[in-house]
Amino acid sequence: MPDYEPITGRYFTMDVAGEPVRIYVEEAGAGTPLVCLHTAGADGRQFRHLMSDPAVTDHYRVIAFDMPWHGKSNPPVGWEDREYQLTTELYKQTVLAFCDAMALDQPVVMGCSMGGRIVLHLALEHADRFQAVVALEGADKLEAYYDTEWLHRPDVHGGEVAAGFVSGQVAPQSPDEYRWETLWTYMQGGPGIFKGDLYFYWVDGHFDDRSSRIDTSKCPVYLLSGEYDSSCTPERTEATAARIKGSKATVMPGIGHFPMSENPDLFREFILPVLDEIRR
Amino acid sequence: MIDKIMDRVNGDAALVRRGRYVTLDFLVGVGDQDYIFRIDRGRIDFILPRDKAMNSGHFTIRAGADVWAEFWHHTPRRDYHDLFSMFAAGRAQIDGDVTPFMQNIRYFKDVLTTPRATSGEA
Repeated sequence: MPDYEPITGRYFTMDVAGEPVRIYVEEAGAGTPLVCLHTAGADGRQFRHLMSDPAVTDHYRVIAFDMPWHGKSNPPVGWEDREYQLTTELYKQTVLAFCDAMALDQPVVMGCSMGGRIVLHLALEHADRFQAVVALEGADKLEAYYDTEWLHRPDVHGGEVAAGFVSGQVAPQSPDEYRWETLWTYMQGGPGIFKGDLYFYWVDGHFDDRSSRIDTSKCPVYLLSGEYDSSCTPERTEATAARIKGSKATVMPGIGHFPMSENPDLFREFILPVLDEIRR
Repeated sequence: MIDKIMDRVNGDAALVRRGRYVTLDFLVGVGDQDYIFRIDRGRIDFILPRDKAMNSGHFTIRAGADVWAEFWHHTPRRDYHDLFSMFAAGRAQIDGDVTPFMQNIRYFKDVLTTPRATSGEA
């Protein structure tokens, strides 16, 4: 027998916005459900290190699913004539539908980048459903710094240009093995999917006018961002934390925009104390 | 540092292979000085200071000398560690016909990173 990793993967179909979508989900561990949301244009593989870390899985049932159109999840039937565009409402519905389908009771939800933004929306509007939210590289206010039209056009390879953009979001200190694994996922995204996700991330997902209404006594909020993140910068994270009273912000030195996948050994030093605090 | 780029690129077979569809001139600005890079199928034919207004290229990437110096450190500070982080922070600019740059984004980023100090250098 091979030396299997502790991660298992399965498929199921759930309704999202009234349409059935075949979803791929991986999980490992037992305990408090910890739902992990991947970054824009990527998939749940980004959380494989957390799912193989007994310090996490001894206490948490770590669950990472691929969003519709991503990874091994399918797009809805009829996708071939649609332009994919993720809105705040569709993203919220997708995460809630997933938690319902899995019958999760008071999960912790942790997302990175666009996942880090949507968990803040969930903390605002569905505080009663989550034990806590953890926003990795997630802020309530962001500014685009390149034109997303480059990500989906016939004269440029979308996967290569996506990796070319986000390679600048990996810290120079991160191990090459994990840097390139992170970028490989970006090179594999479907046509126009990263661009469609960035509609939520850079256009539709702003809510700095409402984030101050998050009640952290009902749903604790943790914000962790990497020093080398050019998008959700340490400054934007701290500004978000200042608006969300009672939230706890951490800037992670020597890490970029993909903490769990670009430097898992360093990331665990920051995330384990947060996960321990949530359990207590 | 500019003088290191030609040998390092042409001595890197994998990098030249990645640039095998690149044949063009482009400019790199270091402070007030522009340099013309002539690329032929991924190899650099020459890098020369631009001394005539008519000498140009498809696109130009410019940053201050201090910005490039930090970019070429072994472990640059944030906002200096990648071309796109430099663009995002307003520390570098790209102008001209950006399409060939985007079509070969990893190649051009790698070419400009070749002077970066390895761990054994200062």
